Formats: sequence, C-alpha cells, structure tokens
Amino acid sequence: MTQGIGMVGLYVRDQDEALAFYVEKLGFRVHTDVKNGSYRWLTVQHPEQPSFQLGLFSPEQPMLDAGTVQALREVVAKGGMPPLLLAVDDCRAAYDRMRARGVEFTQEPMERFGTVDAGFRDPSGNGWKMIQAQR
Amino acid sequence: MSQDPELLRRLLRAKDRMDAASHEKWPVQRLARVSGVSEAHFARSFKEAFGVPPHRYLLTRRIERATALLRDTDLAITEIAFQTGWSSLGTFGRTFRDVTGESPGELRSRERAAPREPECVPVCYLSAAYRPDLTIAVSEKRRQQADGTNESEEMEVT
Repeated sequence: MTQGIGMVGLYVRDQDEALAFYVEKLGFRVHTDVKNGSYRWLTVQHPEQPSFQLGLFSPEQPMLDAGTVQALREVVAKGGMPPLLLAVDDCRAAYDRMRARGVEFTQEPMERFGTVDAGFRDPSGNGWKMIQAQR
Repeated sequence: MSQDPELLRRLLRAKDRMDAASHEKWPVQRLARVSGVSEAHFARSFKEAFGVPPHRYLLTRRIERATALLRDTDLAITEIAFQTGWSSLGTFGRTFRDVTGESPGELRSRERAAPREPECVPVCYLSAAYRPDLTIAVSEKRRQQADGTNESEEMEVT
C-alpha cells in the first residue's frame, strides 16, 4: 500500500509510561522514537499492521499554549478523547493475557451481536474497545 | 476552573466502575474509595469534572441500559427494572417516564413499530448515543412538570 493513513496520534500524559503500556502490555512495537529538544516524536505499531503507526504524543509547550496543554490533559484524563478500536482473533484470550499484565479493563468480555467485545483504558485514560474480528 | 489531571484520571475510574455495573448500589463512600479521595471531595470533584453529580450520572446509565433492554430484548418490564438496579417497579416506571417522557411500555411499542438496523456501530458507542441527557435533577424535572412529585432521586439509585 502506498496511499492511505500512515499515522494517527493519541495524547498521553507521559510518553515513557505510554510506551511501556503499548509495548509491554499490548505487545506493540516501537516504530519511531526521536527527540528534538524537549519534543519527542514517538510512534508504535501493531505487529501485524506494518502500514499503520499509532503516535503517542504529550500535549506540551511551546507547540501549544499553557492553557491548551492543561485543557487537553484534563480531557484525556476524563476519558473525553474519541473511541479507539483494537481487533483481535480471540477476545477472551486477549483479555486474560492483558489482564494478567495489569491492563485496566473497564468491561469484561461480552458476547453480543454475534461477536465478543471488551473495554480497557491506557494509563492516560484513552478508552479502547477490543472486538473479536468476525470470521 | 482547572482540575488536576491525576485526580481526574482517578475520578474516571469511578465513572468506569458505574458504567460496568450500573445495576449495583454506588453510594458516594464506595465511589470515593475507588477514586482514593474523601467523600466530600469526591462528590464535588465528580460534578465539576463530568457536569452531573455521581448519583445522577448513575441514573442516566440505568435508564440507558433499561432503554436498550426494552428495545433489544423480550424481557418483561419487571425483569428489566430488577436487572437495571431498581427495587420497585413503580419507582422504575415513574423515573423512566420523568426522564424520557414516556413509559417503558410506550418506548418498547414505539421502538418495535420502527425497527432500525444499527448493528454496524460498535455496540457501546451506540448505547452512549442513546444516553439520556440529564442536565437537571429528576426531582427538578418533576417540579417543572406541574404534576410531578418531589421524591429524592438519591433514594432510587444508591
């Protein structure tokens, strides 16, 4: 694929904490981790999805003014960012594995509409829905 | 008015717990423990963060869930009242009407008459879209409608 969406970014409260979460608990891989002064461009990838990167960014000055930084940190912590969706082959197995690693689940696996879904949050408050892919 | 993001993240945890088990009793003491703050601090901070007091948030979740069960299942209304956390069918019916403007039976009939096919939207986001927007207390809503009563909503949801 040469055209399409290459990266979508999330706001996180702490990039080190987010990196540990997405890599160690979710099994993602680091794609890019570079610093320019205090600015850190950090992206991760799902191991089975090489054409897509998930950016983990911290709202900070001087890219944003102090008031906007505070507002964004509050919105993220309140779970106000848009929904995220992780497709898995086996929702219950993924739930067991991730829960054992300390992922904060907000909803246990539930069977409905012909599939199984669960819900979890990253440490910052971003909410993920985990849905078993329909086969 | 700005709030500490670390506190907000812990308040979100209490909100998540209510979402996951809205049929359970959630007195402020229990919620405050989830968030690791004092009861007085919890109630004030939650309302500031999420715009409604915790008990009213819980009420909207219960109504939302009852609405989904009325629409998507054939469960008896008594059973739905019980499953969504009410101990009395009368209180459920009255509160449901006060919040949504129609009785549980009326909502069910109306939804059945106009079936939709909403399954392409992941279920939870869909249900959030149907969440009642309770910007005022149910008791206040009742007062605004001339025939209302002045029961305390806290009694119904904790």
